[in-house]
Amino acid sequence: MSFELFLFYFFAAITVGAAACVISVRNPVHAAMFLVLTFFSTACIWMLLEAEFLAITLVLVYVGAVMVLFLFVVMMLDVNVEPLREGFVKYLPWGAAVGVLMFIEMAFLITQRYFQSENFPAPAASGPEYSNTEALGVLLYDQFLFQFEVAAVILLVAIVAAIALTMRRRPETKYQKPHQQIDVSKSDRLRVVQMPSEKR
Amino acid sequence: MITLPHFLTLGAILFCLSMVGIFLNRKNVIILLMSIELMLLAVNMNFVAFSRFLEDGSGQIFVFFILTVAAAEAAIGLAILVVLFRNRSTINVSDLTSLKG
Repeated sequence: MSFELFLFYFFAAITVGAAACVISVRNPVHAAMFLVLTFFSTACIWMLLEAEFLAITLVLVYVGAVMVLFLFVVMMLDVNVEPLREGFVKYLPWGAAVGVLMFIEMAFLITQRYFQSENFPAPAASGPEYSNTEALGVLLYDQFLFQFEVAAVILLVAIVAAIALTMRRRPETKYQKPHQQIDVSKSDRLRVVQMPSEKR
Repeated sequence: MITLPHFLTLGAILFCLSMVGIFLNRKNVIILLMSIELMLLAVNMNFVAFSRFLEDGSGQIFVFFILTVAAAEAAIGLAILVVLFRNRSTINVSDLTSLKG
C-alpha cells in the first residue's frame, strides 16, 4: 500500500466517522463541530486530488463562515433537544435499510467495468510549476465569466434576503427620522423675541 | 495507487449517510440543514474526482458554483430558522402545522 493510499484511507475514515457522528449525536453544537471535522478531512482528500484551491476554499468558506453561522444560530436559539429526538430509534431501522440499499445500488454502478482504472488511468502528478489556482482562474475569468457574475448576483440576493428576513422593527424602540430632521426650518425651532432692556 | 472508484465510493457513503441523517432527524431543522450540506459535499467529491481523472478543470469550476449556492442556501435557511424560532418559539418540524390545508 503506497503512502498516498494510506493517507486516502486515513482521511476517508475520519470523514465517514465524523459524518456518522453528525447525524447521530444528541447535541446540535457537537453535530456542528463534527461537521467541521468532516469538511476539514474532505479538504485534505481534495488536496490528494490536486484540487488545492478548492480545498482551501472549503476550509475558508465552510469552516470559516458557514459553520460559524451554524454555531451562532444553534447557540442563539434556546432549543430543547429532547422532543426533537423522538422517533430517532423508531426510524433507525427504516433509515438504515434505505441507506444501505441505496449504497448497494451505487456500489453496483461504481464497481462496473466502466469506472475501472483502465478506463480512467490516474493522471501523472503535476510538476511544481503547475498552479491549480492559476488554471482555475484562467477558466473562471475566460470561459465561465458569465456564470461567475451570476454567482455574484446569487450571493447578493442571499445577503438581501437574509437581512430582510431577520430585520424587525420594535415598536417600543425610539428611532430617528432623518427626513424630518432634514426638513426642519429655522422658524420651527427658533423664536426671536424683542424685549426692552431692564433696569438694574 | 488511488483509483477513481475509491473517491466515488467515498462520495456514495457520504451521500447515503446524509440521507439516513434526514430520515433519523426529521424533527430537527438544524440537523436537516447540516445533512443537506453533507449531501452537497458528497456531490462535490464526485465532481472533483472526475475533474482530476478526466483532466478537465470545468468540474472544479462547477464545485466552486455549488459552494456559492450552498453558502447562500445556508444563510437564507438559517435566517428563516431564526425568524421561525422568534415567532413560534420552536423549531420542531411536527409543531409547524399552520399551513395545513
